Formats: sequence, C-alpha cells, structure tokens
Amino acid sequence: MHPVLKLLVQRIALGLILLLAASVLIFVGTQILPGDVAQSILGQGATPETLANLRAELGLNDPPLTRYLNWLFAALQGDLGTALTNGQDIASSMGKRLGNTLFLAVCAAVVAVPLAIVLGLIAVRYQGRWPDRVISTITLATVSVPEFLLGYIAIFVLSVQFRVFPSLATVYDGMPFMDRLDAIALPVIVLVLVVLGHMMRMTRAAILNVMESAYVETAELKGLRKFTIIARHALPNAIAPVVNVVMLNLAYLVVGVVVVEVVFVYPGMGQYLVDHVSKRDVPVVQACGLVFAAVYIGLNLVADIISILSNPRLRHPK
Amino acid sequence: MRIPLPAAIGLFFTGLYFFMAIFADWIAPYGMAEIVGDRWEPWSWAHPLGTDSIGRDLLSRMIWGGQTTIFVATMGTILSFSMGSILGFVAAVKGGWVDQFLSRMIDLMMSIPSLISALVVLSVMPVTLPVLIVVMGVLDATRVFRLSRAVAVDITVMDYVEAARLRGERQMWIIFREILPNALSPLIAEMGLRFIFMVLFISTLSFLGLGVQPPMADWGGIVKENREAIVYGIPAALVPAFAISSLAISVNLVADWVLNRTTSLKGGRG
Repeated sequence: MHPVLKLLVQRIALGLILLLAASVLIFVGTQILPGDVAQSILGQGATPETLANLRAELGLNDPPLTRYLNWLFAALQGDLGTALTNGQDIASSMGKRLGNTLFLAVCAAVVAVPLAIVLGLIAVRYQGRWPDRVISTITLATVSVPEFLLGYIAIFVLSVQFRVFPSLATVYDGMPFMDRLDAIALPVIVLVLVVLGHMMRMTRAAILNVMESAYVETAELKGLRKFTIIARHALPNAIAPVVNVVMLNLAYLVVGVVVVEVVFVYPGMGQYLVDHVSKRDVPVVQACGLVFAAVYIGLNLVADIISILSNPRLRHPK
Repeated sequence: MRIPLPAAIGLFFTGLYFFMAIFADWIAPYGMAEIVGDRWEPWSWAHPLGTDSIGRDLLSRMIWGGQTTIFVATMGTILSFSMGSILGFVAAVKGGWVDQFLSRMIDLMMSIPSLISALVVLSVMPVTLPVLIVVMGVLDATRVFRLSRAVAVDITVMDYVEAARLRGERQMWIIFREILPNALSPLIAEMGLRFIFMVLFISTLSFLGLGVQPPMADWGGIVKENREAIVYGIPAALVPAFAISSLAISVNLVADWVLNRTTSLKGGRG
C-alpha cells in the first residue's frame, strides 16, 4: 500500500476510535457521577414514587453498559432520544439549529481566514516595525477579553452608540438572505475577533519559520522584492502549517459559538445546549455534547489529513 | 535586580487586584448584596461606578466579585498544577505502559473542548464552588500534564537523574528533588497563562448561568445581571470587561518576564 494511503487510513481509524471514546466519556460524565440523575432533575422535594417512575422512564435501572450501548446504537441510527423537559424528538429540534450554527460559523470563517492570512503576511513584511506592533497589540487585547464581553462591547459600540447593526440576532424561516446576513453581522464580527488573533499570530510564526530557510536567502540575494519572496517562495511552503492553524482555529470557533449565541440570543446549537444544561435535561446535553465533540474531532482530523497530503516528503517515498 | 517597566506595571496591577480580593471586607464600601439605591443609577460620588440591576453598589459588587473570581481561579490553578504536573512527572519517570495509559487518557479528554465537557458534567452535578473548582481544575490539568511531561522527559535522561537512580533513590525523591526544581521555571511561566485561562473560564460559566450562583457576586455574573441595560446605553455590564482584561494583560506581562528571566538564567533551556 502507498505510504500516504496507509497514514491516512491510520489517521481516520484513530479519529473514529477517538470519537467512540469521547462518546464513552460523555456518557460516563452524565450518568455515573455521584449525583443521581433522577434526583438532580427532580430536586430535593421529590417523593420516592416520582423518583422511581423517572428512573424507570430514563432506564436508570439497567446496568450502565446496557444503557450506554442502547444510547450509542440509537444515536448511530440518528435517534438521539427525546428531551425530558418538553418530550420533543431531539434530532428534529436540533437539525434546524445545527444549520443556523453552521451558517454563523461558516460566515465567520469566510471573513476571518483570508483576513488573518493577509494580516499575518503584512506583519511578516513589516516585522518589528509599527504595522507588526499594532497588529500584535490588538491581538493581545482581543485574546485577553472573553468572548461574551467582546460581544457586549460590540453591541454597545455598534448597535447602541452608532446604530449600525441590530443588537439581537433574530432569524426565522424564510427570511431573505440579505436580512439574515444583516441580523448575524454582529455575532460574526465577534467570532472573527475571537479567532483572528490566534490565527494571525500562528500564521505569522509559520511564515517567519519558512523565511529563515536557505532558499529564501537565495531569493533575497537574487534581488527579488520582499512581497514576491513571500508570495512565491515562502507562502507555498507555509501552506501546510497555515492550513493546520486555520483548522485548529475553526475547531475553536465551534466553542466560541456557544457563548456568542447566548449573547445574541441566536437560535443555534450553543443556545440549545446551555438552556438544557441549566434545565438539567440530560439526553439533550448528551446529544449536543456528542455533536460538538464530533465536529471538533472531525476538524482536527481534516487538519491532520491536509498536512499529510501537503507534505511532499510523504508523497515521494524513498 | 532591575524589573523592566512592562513587568513592573503587570506586577503592580496584579498585586492591586489580589490585594482588593483579599481585603474585600475592609475595602468594599457596601455589602455584597446590600440594596442601596435605584436601578442603574449613573456614576456619582456616592456610587463611583453607579448601581446595578436591582440597585446594589456596582463598585462593591466588583470588589466582592473579584474576590470570588480570583479565589476560584487561584484554587483551580493550584489544583490543575499539582495534579497535572505530578501525573506528568510520573508519566515521564515511569515510562512504559503508565506513560502510554496516562497520555492516551489525556488525549481523549482533550479531544472534547473543555467548555463542552464542563457543561456536560455540570448538567448533572450541583453547581457549587468546590464542584466548579474541581471540574475546571481537572479539565485544565490536561494542558499542564502535556507541558510537564514534555519538560520532564528531557530531564529524566540527565546524568544526575541517572545518578540518583543508581544511588537507589525512590521515585518520589526523583520526582520532587531531582526533576521538580529543574522543571520549575517553564511551569511557573505557564502558571500565569493557566490562571488567566481560569479567570476567563469561570467568568464564561457564570455568564452562562452555570458558574457562581447569585446572590454571590463574580465578574461573569455581573455581566449577566446587567446585560439588559446595555441596549439603553448603560455601560454597567462593560465594567467587568475592563477588570478581566486588565487582570489578564497584567498577569501576561509578569509571566513573559518570568519566562525571559529564567530562560536566560538557564542558558536558554525551558
């Protein structure tokens, strides 16, 4: 078998095993902790009868392994169970929200990725001079502020002081595309700020690393212009690390989305998860946890696959 | 010893925040849950930062909140460090299947984002300060484990560790007397970053309503309580933003300085 193919198969298998193990972890985290789930849902005032009923309804009387396997096989077939609080099917109420969340995340990524790479290139071009310093300072500032505060600062400045964008990201079915974009403008700005800093710094580091190599020095000695050197010689070799950076930050975006959705009351997965954590609705939390973990593991997997594919040393075996 | 200006600024503000947190009982002008005025009064001499959503003095809330936030973050950092570094050192010293087992468990825990793991666990646990500290500490220990294992793996191959082994010292001696002193400098710099991360983490959880519970104050909770005011242009919810980010930046400055100083002392290792 071709060595690249072998590496890819190994990596994908590892990803699947990781996902399986993560599902165990999520299940164990919600089921076998000291607090009894039924007790914590009903609170201290629960009578023994209602407790026993709820335990039977949740299947808590079965051994943990049976419950885990039942849950896993149902989830594999797309049946994520029903919510305790309103008895609705989780998979169907999650579907639309997942779409909304992905729309938000994709919009943020479309803005953030090119911006981060261009800013990273500028920082390398003017390394150590004022554009680099300004970019690094702003980066440090955005990294030091938690996502939700960035959100409120954005609301305060852009929607209260200057009235540019709506402060709540209300979306509904059949909303025209442009209205939808206008509604999610603020959350997208916040998400971009959240990931931009890391992405730009890591891009800058990756390109600087390449700039120290011998062929870049040769290009410099040939008398090429600085931007040509960066674009023609440094960038192609920096693609693998940069793609890796981008993927890791997109995975981070998945987490940032949870908080940002709560700030802007956006009907997505994050809002759904947080609501049901405070209602102690365990099946919903498990399902959301599984989806988030799958997306996160999937993005990391894609990052690794791209870096395997883009590494010429692996493509041409000795 | 000369302290560079950024580090001095960092030390000053970090010290100031810790001082206010420790002596909150004497400094705060009003009680934590004492209602002293109308909702969202503007800034005045009686209430330097105005009042909050139910008329409590915001400056006092901020000082009490700082106490909770800094206490939880400090305890979480201590827990994650002691757990992460000891496990990391054990993995590096023992090697073999112990190392494999611990490292793969950590890989698994890190395969789920820590905010998601925390939310999953908090959905069944009672939300109290000890539970929060343990959950955050355990989730963060994964990062400390990776760092301390990487550092300790380099140290275990040194001659003096070999000498200690040949002398017949126990594992505990090797971990605490040979490895720990030599691994301390990168760990201390990392500690600053972990502390900031803890502050951001507990603030985020409280903001989501799953951290510190009212009437106790904490910086994330203050944002949550005053969030409606922001659409009327009342900046009460932005005050904690300033506190959190200035604390984060000052701790960062100190950590940078510690890292630079110790790496130059040790000839660049670290």
